[in-house]
Amino acid sequence: MKEIKLNDLARTDGAALIHLENQDLMPLPAPLDSPEKDHNWTPLSEQVREKYECILDDTCAVNIPRPKSPEEEQELVRKFLTGLDKLFTVHNNWTFLQPLVLTMEHCARCQTCSEACHIFEASGRNELYRPTFRSEVLRRLYFKYVKRGGWLSAWQHGDIQLNWPLIARLIELAYRCNLCRRCAQTCPIGADNGLVAHELRKLFSQEMGIAPKELHDAGSMLQLKVGSSTGMNPTVVKDNIEFIDEDMSEKTGLEIHTPWDVEGADVLLIHNAGEILAWPENPGAFAVIFTAAGVSWTMSSELAAYDSINYGLWYDDAQFARVAVKHAEAARKLGVKKIVLGECGHAHKALSVVADRVLTGDLNIPRESALTFLWEIIRSGRLKLDPSRNDFPVTLHDPCNVVRLMGVVEPQREILRRIAPKFREMEPHGVDNYCCGGGSGFAIMSGNNFPDWRFHVSGRKKLQQILNAFADSLDPSVPKYLCAPCSNCKGQFRDMLAYYDLWEKHRILYGGLVELIVNAMTDVKPGFIEWEWH
Amino acid sequence: MTAALYLLVYACALVLLTGCLIRAVAYARMPLHLRWELYPVPHEEPERARHGGSYFEAPDWWTRPFRFHLLGELKVMLPEMLFLKALWEFNRPLWRVSFPFHFGLYLLIATGGLVGLTALAVLWIPERLADAHLLALHYLYTATGLVGAALALLGAAGLLVRRLRDRALRIYTAPGDLFNLACFLAAVALLGAGYLTRGPGDPETLELARGLLAFDLSLRPNWLQASGLALCALLAAYIPWTHMSHFIAKYFTYHSIRWDDLPQAQAREIRHKIAQYLAYRPTWSAPHVMADGRRTWADIALSNPARQEVKQ
Repeated sequence: MKEIKLNDLARTDGAALIHLENQDLMPLPAPLDSPEKDHNWTPLSEQVREKYECILDDTCAVNIPRPKSPEEEQELVRKFLTGLDKLFTVHNNWTFLQPLVLTMEHCARCQTCSEACHIFEASGRNELYRPTFRSEVLRRLYFKYVKRGGWLSAWQHGDIQLNWPLIARLIELAYRCNLCRRCAQTCPIGADNGLVAHELRKLFSQEMGIAPKELHDAGSMLQLKVGSSTGMNPTVVKDNIEFIDEDMSEKTGLEIHTPWDVEGADVLLIHNAGEILAWPENPGAFAVIFTAAGVSWTMSSELAAYDSINYGLWYDDAQFARVAVKHAEAARKLGVKKIVLGECGHAHKALSVVADRVLTGDLNIPRESALTFLWEIIRSGRLKLDPSRNDFPVTLHDPCNVVRLMGVVEPQREILRRIAPKFREMEPHGVDNYCCGGGSGFAIMSGNNFPDWRFHVSGRKKLQQILNAFADSLDPSVPKYLCAPCSNCKGQFRDMLAYYDLWEKHRILYGGLVELIVNAMTDVKPGFIEWEWH
Repeated sequence: MTAALYLLVYACALVLLTGCLIRAVAYARMPLHLRWELYPVPHEEPERARHGGSYFEAPDWWTRPFRFHLLGELKVMLPEMLFLKALWEFNRPLWRVSFPFHFGLYLLIATGGLVGLTALAVLWIPERLADAHLLALHYLYTATGLVGAALALLGAAGLLVRRLRDRALRIYTAPGDLFNLACFLAAVALLGAGYLTRGPGDPETLELARGLLAFDLSLRPNWLQASGLALCALLAAYIPWTHMSHFIAKYFTYHSIRWDDLPQAQAREIRHKIAQYLAYRPTWSAPHVMADGRRTWADIALSNPARQEVKQ
């Protein structure tokens, strides 16, 4: 297929701009080194193509209904332009105006960032996925419509044609970036193409009401309605935790009882509620550790306060602020000394970093990473640990939101060095890590054939890293543990490892950090980690 | 012609300074954004900065003093400013042309500074200047000028070739980008040619600088010297109005964004600013935002569209 150019985004032929074959993609190491044996992508159904604007690539993440008339198209273009203006005004976008303007006005288009982008590399360096591609489209629109540039501006900055197909494709393209900001880390000027994807998503959500249903309707709106994007209300979540407590008590031999709504506790622990349903051993392990270490802690049954997720971080400032305030209000009501965030990367960054300039006055309650808190518990010697219980290969996935975007790098490593004798790093790691491929909401977005794209493209670089890290022990007789202290990342690994049969054929299991800790605790019955797929 | 040349140089210098100031003030006056730092942050505690860690790695971090290690920042900033370290690390092929270009410009700027200072000394304190001093300075600025011009030419030509030949750069290149590089090539080439082809009756570099500072109209620079100087001046005046003013932007992208990890708890002025921003009245149109132009950001943050709870 012919290589695309910026103005191709405005093509009116109704066809996808690119198509990827397995042979086009970045090669993977053994045992996945044969593109011919790789899964074929599920094609989008005709029904979906007819109903929605799926004209970017082989998949469709947002499902934008096709406009029914030219007038409707015009109205959408008008709305987009109104939103574009708002994106560059102080009262509408004080939250990110400075970084956005600097990125718009100073990117040198040197393409240094491209080499850092796992999606661009994994796609076989497809132009559409170059980090500067969507940014350059927005940049040209900015100079043309926001700065009201004429021919001189077009000559200086480049021109772009605006129509509905361009906007429809740009909406989809905003959801082909994991927002990991590895590109920004390498930019010599400090431009941030990850931020551009974030701001585009905001424009579409906050002005046009367009966002993937998994993030908005079934995500932040559901959380604000019932308390959790899982749909669990306080009664259900308490029931589930009670069940987990019983299970943990039986499994470990310790009496586990999760405290709820304890006023004056030292710590308010907030999990990603997805853990409670999908990986109950994770909140269970937290309860075991906190109980054994004698921590004064509680969970909260207030609205949204038992689910640390904050999907607004990825697409909408208003939704982001609302959820952050709910978390802080719950902590203030209980009078806790601090909030400890469980193993959820985006919740870490949302509440600890980004919300720091949203939570004012007595809502600015100290927030701490569970990784830091756990390391302090272990360092203090409050847990008796036997690393030989974890005598299997372990590698660590660094969630972008925890490392590159928050700077929590060493506590989790200190813990692993203490409890996992066969711990080995992925390369690169720490703040130079690669995204799992599920970042910015992708891990929960499974509409149409989007998972095919997630596994073949956005997750491919991480898959390569995992296989390389375990290259010496791929034999299925050796159980291996991929430690991923982040719910979103675990969701991606669950789906991607299953897609490639890596548990069935090579015994690569994934899980959190607390499970490894409890597995090494000598006060509990051995075998906390059950080598079973879940 | 000499007077026109002098006036042009002064006018361009004024436009350059004004343009830089306008741009810097515009960026500085933008509201404080939500935190969006990227690690490593080099002013962190040295033992943490080494692995890219932050104060979030310390238990109860808010109970500890917030420390700012200027030396850590300098260790990153200076190699970045002087040697384009990020490009060296992440885009070596481009560094091979971008570094000579930028370093050549630095040397030319240094040459301008040295010649200017020498000319001022000649005008103001001639009695304190020995011939040996002048000779040493002459050799120094001649060397920096020639090396600078050669590097800048080489770099600009290399960047131009890459922009034209490398598809990854070409499809993102606007005519203005090519024009900018061509301007650098022409300006430095003319300046160099004027210097190298000057005749016995043409003014030396130092004389030109002295003449410019003293507005000495008796000097008669040849057309190559005059056009080189004029083009350089025009180019300098043009830079602040283009993306080439990234030397200003870079201060903000690094210090105000990438490395801005100052927690609210440590800075009263942040609290005041946020209180002000939360009183802004956004006009986003999507119904769930609940922005009607009257509600403030604070109202919106305390409203719940999923339960129809509205904070007025």
